[in-house]
Amino acid sequence: MNGSLAMVPQATDYLRVLPEIVLSIFGMAIMFADPLLKERPPRTLGTLALLGSLLALAATWVQAQYPGFAFWNMVRVDAFSVFFHFLIVAVTAVVILTSFEYMEVEGIRAGEYYGLILLGAVGMSLMSSAVELVLIFLALEISSIATYILAGFRRRAAISSEASLKYFLLGSFATAFFLYGVALMFGATGSTSIQVIGAALSSFEVPALAYAGIALMFVGLAFKVAAAPFHIWTPDVYEGAPAPVVGFMSTAPKAAVFAVLLRLMFEAHAPGRIGLIWVVAALSMTLGNLGALVQNNVKRLLAYSSIAHAGYLLVAFAAVPDSGIPAAMFYAASYAAMNVGAFAVVSHFSNAGERYVKIEDYSGLSSSSPLLAAILTVFLLSLIGIPITGGFIAKFYVFSAALQSNLVGLVILGVLNSAVAAYYYLRVIVVMYMREPRGEVPVSAVPAGMGAAMAVSLAATIYLGVLPGRVLDYAGRAVAEWLH
Amino acid sequence: MLHLVLFLVFALGCVAGAVNLLAQRHPIDSALSLVVVMGSLAGEYLLLGAEFVAAIQVIVYAGAIMVLFVFVIMLLNAGVEERTPGSRVALLLGVPGMLIGSALVVWLLLERSPTPAVAAGALPGPPQTIAWLLFHDYLLPFEVTSILVLIAIMGAVVLASPPATTKKES
Amino acid sequence: MPQNYIPIFLFIAVVGFLIPVTLVAAKLVRPENPHRTKLMPYECGIDPVGSSRGRYTIRFYIVAILFVVFDVETIFLFPWAVKFKALGVFGLVEMLIFLTILIVGYIWIWKKGALDWV
Repeated sequence: MNGSLAMVPQATDYLRVLPEIVLSIFGMAIMFADPLLKERPPRTLGTLALLGSLLALAATWVQAQYPGFAFWNMVRVDAFSVFFHFLIVAVTAVVILTSFEYMEVEGIRAGEYYGLILLGAVGMSLMSSAVELVLIFLALEISSIATYILAGFRRRAAISSEASLKYFLLGSFATAFFLYGVALMFGATGSTSIQVIGAALSSFEVPALAYAGIALMFVGLAFKVAAAPFHIWTPDVYEGAPAPVVGFMSTAPKAAVFAVLLRLMFEAHAPGRIGLIWVVAALSMTLGNLGALVQNNVKRLLAYSSIAHAGYLLVAFAAVPDSGIPAAMFYAASYAAMNVGAFAVVSHFSNAGERYVKIEDYSGLSSSSPLLAAILTVFLLSLIGIPITGGFIAKFYVFSAALQSNLVGLVILGVLNSAVAAYYYLRVIVVMYMREPRGEVPVSAVPAGMGAAMAVSLAATIYLGVLPGRVLDYAGRAVAEWLH
Repeated sequence: MLHLVLFLVFALGCVAGAVNLLAQRHPIDSALSLVVVMGSLAGEYLLLGAEFVAAIQVIVYAGAIMVLFVFVIMLLNAGVEERTPGSRVALLLGVPGMLIGSALVVWLLLERSPTPAVAAGALPGPPQTIAWLLFHDYLLPFEVTSILVLIAIMGAVVLASPPATTKKES
Repeated sequence: MPQNYIPIFLFIAVVGFLIPVTLVAAKLVRPENPHRTKLMPYECGIDPVGSSRGRYTIRFYIVAILFVVFDVETIFLFPWAVKFKALGVFGLVEMLIFLTILIVGYIWIWKKGALDWV
């Protein structure tokens, strides 16, 4: 156990949680400013939130200069945690940009909305650096409760309240599973610190209780990343929740949970890892893609697609750590880039009250707005996994990591699934380019904030596809620093 | 000996309350059974030496949370629960499933756990030890709790206040 | 540890014994004369109108949940108060940070008008 043994936390302890501190301060400032601003222009609060997330991005850089443990082994700052911090905070900033337009069109209470996004991001970024199960649980609760509430923000749409309620009920159930798993793990090893658990479980005899603990924790976390068979809530919640919120909750909290899962599976030497992951990854890929085939609503289609992508990502978890962990990290980043982008387009196109979310509504988008159609096409191609996009490189590395670990069956299943998946993504592209435009669907000009968000996600998707080297190197070094 | 007797009394009260909670068909009766469960659990915590947790159990759960439950029941104005064919099937499958599940956990705990890593009474119980843990070792989780509570406040107000007060498009 | 609590356990046992005894004794002693009017809800002497099982307003729920939240907050004050001297200035600062964050929430609720009854 390293870290300071001082009575009082040192300055470096605070620097190691600087992004969280910045996000909390801005989240509270927005809450405070909201009732005080007489006119309550959502744009002012949005700008404040954007500023907060950009400062948190800078704080992540500061945090990266001080690797090590903080607050008596609660938090571990290393290249791994910095990677996920950067990813989560960047997604938060882009989602805030996509929300500017939505706030005004839908008349959503901006103060609560931006406050919850920033405070939720506190929980998510804390999850990626926490190495103590109690802290992980609290951070998980912060991130989950914030997303439950955000899912219900379209107050005048019954479907949104339904989404929030379903997500809340099933989500709390899943959190209870996680907590029960933590309790059993504590009973088996006498500690809630991942380091200590890892040391206890790498000994010769693993207590049976630890298997039960890992299984229950895995159930709770698999629910949060929408992996089958714990995915039932996903289509309904994604359909009902506001489109920018779906872009947020399908990427940032998922990346955070994957970070926790990586720490849990590899650092804690989770017993029975490969069998557990094998089944869940295979089920998620297959059920996600088969479900997506029959959808007519773009948000539901992307919901099933996110189940499938959780499956591809989990394949990397079954691989050996040295190639599996970097592959999983890269996949999380590239999935975040393309999915936030896709939901930005969906959110802009859907119009007031989210009226246009059917696939047919996209007919002839290429002639009414060629740019929008082209941008969405890039994101969809990346979701399929076509070369020169981030999705291709991500899948390539995940499957090659799995092949190195002799998981041939899982790789064959994954490749077959990718072929099936191409069908439903291409269907949207075909509708956009081959059909006659439907006159009644208006396509408004893209406002500056939304445009910037689309540009950032597009640039990230292409960058990860063309020049993946730097990110992959960084992920590789992070794993080397973490495990060796 | 006294310890064992008290344990059995509270355990019986707890299980009886829980079974009654499920068997009662009016939500208010179920809520009142839950009070019995919470109270008995507080007794069990006390026997384990967790005085502080026992006190919290009574103040927060048996007190505050139960008030919330009763308000929600009155808000929803839920009537007497109906028995449907589906609920009968759930009963037929659920009871044996639950028995098998608990038997499995008991077996795991008794047979397959080589060393009981944490002995009863070894954990911090009195508020003094809790205070040291809370404000030293677990300082960060403690502060993070306040953010969690803040989000809970926002959620309650946002979702429960009537939509009429939301700002209309201008 | 439970030795200190034996008086409390005894107390609970006495209560558990006394309540049924009083109820049964009252049943034996009291005159039994049921009447429909006696079962009617009392509304200042007028005959009640409508059902008393009406739906409550959601404001009760908001107040209840805020009560729970601040109840949890006070729970954290107990261990801090017990160890106040030992924790010293640092403990005071940490508790003040905790309370400040919650007071931000309280002011927010107030300004939002969630505590206004009408």
